[in-house]
Order: sequence, then structure tokens, then C-alpha cells
Amino acid sequence: MNNDKLIIGGHEFNSRFILGSGKYSMKLIEAAVKDAGAEIITLAVRRANTKEQESILDYIPKGITLLPNTSGARNAEEAVRIARLARELGCGDFVKIEIMRDSKYLLPDNQETIKATDILANEGFVVMPYMYPDLNVARDLVNAGAASVMPLASPIGSNKGLATKDFVQILIDEIDLPIIVDAGIGRPSQACEAMEMGAAAIMANTALATAGDLPVMASAFKNAIEAGRRAYLAGLGRVLTRGASASDPLTGFLRD
Amino acid sequence: MENQFFVDSEHLSPEALEKKHRLENEPSFRKNHMEYMSGMEIIESDVCKNVMAQMNSYDYSKYTAEDVKAALEHTTCTIEDFKELLSPAAEPFLEQMAERARLETSKHFGNTVYLFTPLYIANYCENYCVYCGFNCYNHIKRMKLSMEQIEKEMKVIADSGMEEILILTGESRAQSNVEYIGEACKLARKYFRMVGLEIYPVNTDEYKYLHECGADYVTVFQETYDADKYEQLHLLGHKRVWPYRFDAQERALRGGMRGVAFSALLGLSDFRKDALASALHVYYLQRKYPHAEMSLSCPRLRPIINNDKINPLDVHEKQLCQVLCAYRIFLPYVGITVSSRESAEFRNGIVKIAATKVSAGVSTGIGDHESKYSGKETDGVQGDEQFEIDDNRSLDKMYQDIADEGLQPVLNDYLYV
Repeated sequence: MNNDKLIIGGHEFNSRFILGSGKYSMKLIEAAVKDAGAEIITLAVRRANTKEQESILDYIPKGITLLPNTSGARNAEEAVRIARLARELGCGDFVKIEIMRDSKYLLPDNQETIKATDILANEGFVVMPYMYPDLNVARDLVNAGAASVMPLASPIGSNKGLATKDFVQILIDEIDLPIIVDAGIGRPSQACEAMEMGAAAIMANTALATAGDLPVMASAFKNAIEAGRRAYLAGLGRVLTRGASASDPLTGFLRD
Repeated sequence: MENQFFVDSEHLSPEALEKKHRLENEPSFRKNHMEYMSGMEIIESDVCKNVMAQMNSYDYSKYTAEDVKAALEHTTCTIEDFKELLSPAAEPFLEQMAERARLETSKHFGNTVYLFTPLYIANYCENYCVYCGFNCYNHIKRMKLSMEQIEKEMKVIADSGMEEILILTGESRAQSNVEYIGEACKLARKYFRMVGLEIYPVNTDEYKYLHECGADYVTVFQETYDADKYEQLHLLGHKRVWPYRFDAQERALRGGMRGVAFSALLGLSDFRKDALASALHVYYLQRKYPHAEMSLSCPRLRPIINNDKINPLDVHEKQLCQVLCAYRIFLPYVGITVSSRESAEFRNGIVKIAATKVSAGVSTGIGDHESKYSGKETDGVQGDEQFEIDDNRSLDKMYQDIADEGLQPVLNDYLYV
């Protein structure tokens, strides 16, 4: 377990919880780092683009990897411009691509995401694309140079959990990059389930931001993610839901 | 009881008075409010037809408490559910509506509250809208700021910490043409992260030009969606053309603006029907332009200079709150702005339920930010205000008050790309 690192674009992390950016507050960042053990924190460039005294950048503790995202981008070209701006702002080389052409559900635009991934990976970014779980798109993202693939579990902010479970499982089974489940995880149990399935990490925000007690919920997520990871590494036992196994082998009659 | 809007200024010439009275009393003397004037672009769109069909068939008296309870239990709020939530039958369920609204707000916006301030750069107006302080027959101090004066105002506002600005003018193409407004937008881009416009409706190519100058959000209030009532309130000028105004947001989006804002001025007509139409205007446009950002405001009538008796009639705070909760439940993803027309107490309460944006450090006058922000008398000439505000908190005070409520004040969440 001690050598079980999350590796993204050659960078190693011990924590498998990533804090999303949707609803940010200083208390949330503090709880995510202290109580959930987050080592990666997403930062919306559109929000960091401020002269406000309370700039988010000032509140990110040392040693934490910033993951700027391109929220606000409606196509690949805008995402590329925002990513470059993030680099200029001193946010490092990581970038989470978020491209939405829909202001209601904030569902990602897979086609534009592939284009942006291609351009930014060529510019040396560690590209982490947020996507709707589609195997063909995931393969295209791998070929475009993505460092991980981030499928959504359910609509962002919905806290509805793994609505796309079967499709996320396909990505986990078929894609060699880390699959990070992003958006829609509302409870620690859902995070645990995704980790048991073999997800590499969990990104969440609303689930913590809207909790009654932030630090306690943050530590609950930490424990759930670690438990799910251990279960995955241990190898889950027989899945009895597929039908009980007969005590006498069904094929016991075969002679040669 | 109806509002008494007509006030005769002693400064009007006999000819002007006669024309004013004829406009007020002789419907046939007024231009056809459904007919486009020359230069006004006509676009193909079925949004208006859809909104009006729903509004005209809306009979809010038929709904019962059972309907409202069912609406509150549905996961997705349909148009029919929304009609139930706006009806008088929903009034006893205000607390339950507020709880549901708060949940939806927190899902989509967390605990953030955005702050902005308006900047009026001119108050000349060619329209006679009977309830508005800027109307062309109202005797007020008129003014149009020069670029130097605009920049000075922007510096004062930017120094207060504000990062989002809404530029407003009276509706006069002659005094405040599109180029003048465009130059103001270019200046604003230097001082602010987000530049919005609330000006007279323009054509698609003009919105495109203004977008290129730095504006990215367009607010147009329809005032009332009841075209017959609209005709009786907007007696003269370009604003009289109801359908051109209705399609303004769609033209703005076609011109490349990121977002658009909508509203009826509650109290002018049947507020339930106006609230229904405002939200459906957003709903149908969102389906057609799913990438666009949308927001709703909810202004109520306020007193103006020379007529302190104007009031929002039957839209009390309870009704306003009902409308805002219904908006939030039906359109969980839209921004909701509550202006300084409302009291500090109301705004403190409503940001915890449904509102996501409030103004601060507000002046609806022209060229008076330095005197208002610093308290010192300035020798500059100032133009009069559009309406009286209620909540006059500064940015610092508003910021602190929001933080004290356990919410996160946000000055900018925006990139011009």
C-alpha cells in the first residue's frame, strides 16, 4: 500500500482525492487539504482572474499542486487560450480541460475537448480532460496526449453518484491512463464504490461544500476513498449478484 | 388602486404639454406599438410566439394546494409545475418553496454571491415611459458624461475594489449613440473584469460591435409582457415598439454576447403573468442557445423625481419572494439579481434563498460617484437619478454583510475570451 502512488504525467501523488473548483471558499480548501488530504486542488482560472485581495492563489498551501481548469470555455480555442493564461498566471503545467456548450447541465463537449487536448499536450501541458464517458472519445484523448481521463459520474453539482457506472467501468477496463471520476459524487459511499471499481482518484466539490460539517465530511471522503482503493488492490471476492454458484460443479460430468 | 403616473412639469411649453396630453389621452394619437420603426432589424424567431401562448392561456386561479404540493415533490420542475408555484395557491407554501429554492441554489452556485455596480453615463431619453424618472417630459437635470468624466468615474469605482460594472444610459440614440457607448466599453475593459450593458435595444451588428469593444452581457427589461398594457405605459419613442424589445436578447446572443439578462418591472401589470413570461423567455431562449448564460432580475416599481407616489401595488415582499423562489426552482441554473431598489433586510434574506448577484455602492444618477463614495462635495455638474434606491450600502459594507451571513462574496468569476 505504501508504494501505491497516483501517477499523472510523471508526477507522483499519495492522495487520491482531488478538490474540484465549483464552489470555493477558504474553509473548503482548508478542510480539503487538512482533513481530506488533498494534494491537488482545482482552480477556475475565471475565478482567479481577480485583483481581489483574497485571491485564491494566496490561499493554496505550499506543496499543493494547482490544477487550473478552463471553465467558461465554449470551444477548444477558448480552452486553449484560458490554459495559456493559467500558465502565465503561474499556475504550472497542469490543466483540466472543461468545455461546455450548455449552460444548463454543464455537460462537457467531447469533440472540442479532444481538439484542445491535442493542442495543449503538444505545448507541454499535463492535460486532464473532463469528459462524458465514451470509450471512443477516451481512446482519442489518449492518442491526443492526455495524462488522465476524467469521466463524469452524473451531472455536475447533482450529488447523484455513479449514474454512468457501467460506462466508467468500461473506461477503467480499457484505458491505460488513470481514470479520475469527476462530477456528481455526492457521498463518501459513492466515492468508495468508484474506487472499488478501479478508478484512480475522485474529484469532488459540491459534496463537501454543501455538507453540514466540512472537516468531518472531508475526512469521511478520505477514509472512503482509501477503503475503496484497498478493496480494489485486495481484489474483490466473488460477486454473488451474478448468480449463486452451485455446490456441485456444473461441468463435473465432463470426462476428457 | 392604480398608480397615477401623469405629472405635468411647469417647464414644458404649451405645445409640448398639448402633445403630452394627447399622447396620454388619445390612443389613436400614438404610434402602433407592434410596428417596427425604420432601421429596426427583424429576426425570424418563434420564441415570442411560444412565450405569449403560455402567458395568454395562464389562468393562475385554477390551481389548488394539492397542485402546489405535487409540484414541490417533482424532481424536475415542468412549465406546468412552475405555473402552480407562481399561483396564489402557492402563497401558503412560501417556506417550503424557499427551502427547495435554497437547495437548488446551493447545488448550482454553492454559497457564492456575486457583486457588481451600475454606472449611468447619460440620462438623456427620447421615450415617454410614464413611470420612469428619465422620461422625456420629466423635468430633471440631464447630463451625458465625456470620456474623461467616464474614466474618472470608473477609476473611483475600481478603486473601491469593484470588478464588474454595468454601463447604463437613458434611451437616446441621438445623445448616446452606439459608438459613444462602445468607447465607454473600451475604457471599462481597462478597469473591470466584466462589462455589462443596459442600454436601448440595438441590432445584431451593433451588439457585435459592442461585444468587440469589451461588453459581454446585455440586460434588457421588457417591463411588461402584456403588450396592451405596455402600449399604455410607453407612449412615445423607440421603446414603444414592443416586439423589437422582445427580441433584443436573441439579437445580442447572435452578436456574440456571452450572456443576457431579462426582467419584467413588477407592478406595471399582472405580476404573475409577467413573472411567467420572463422565466419562459429565458427558458425558450436557453433551449435555442444552450451555451448562453442567462439571468433574471425582479425589479419592482419605485418612486421617481417629481412623482414620489409610484409604488409596486400588489407586489409585496412576500409575492416578490414567491416569484424569486419559483424562478429558482424552475430555472436552477440561471443567475438571479436583486438590485438596490430593495431594502437591505430583503436582500440579506434573499441571497440565502435564491439570489446570486447583488449590486453595491449604487448611484442611479450621472457623474456623482466621487461625491457619493468619498462624501466630499465636488464642483462637477451631476445628472439626476432614474429612481430612488433603498439599499445604499457601499461595496465594503455589502462584502462584509454577505460574509457575515456565512456566504462567499465574489467580485469576479469571469474571463473575456
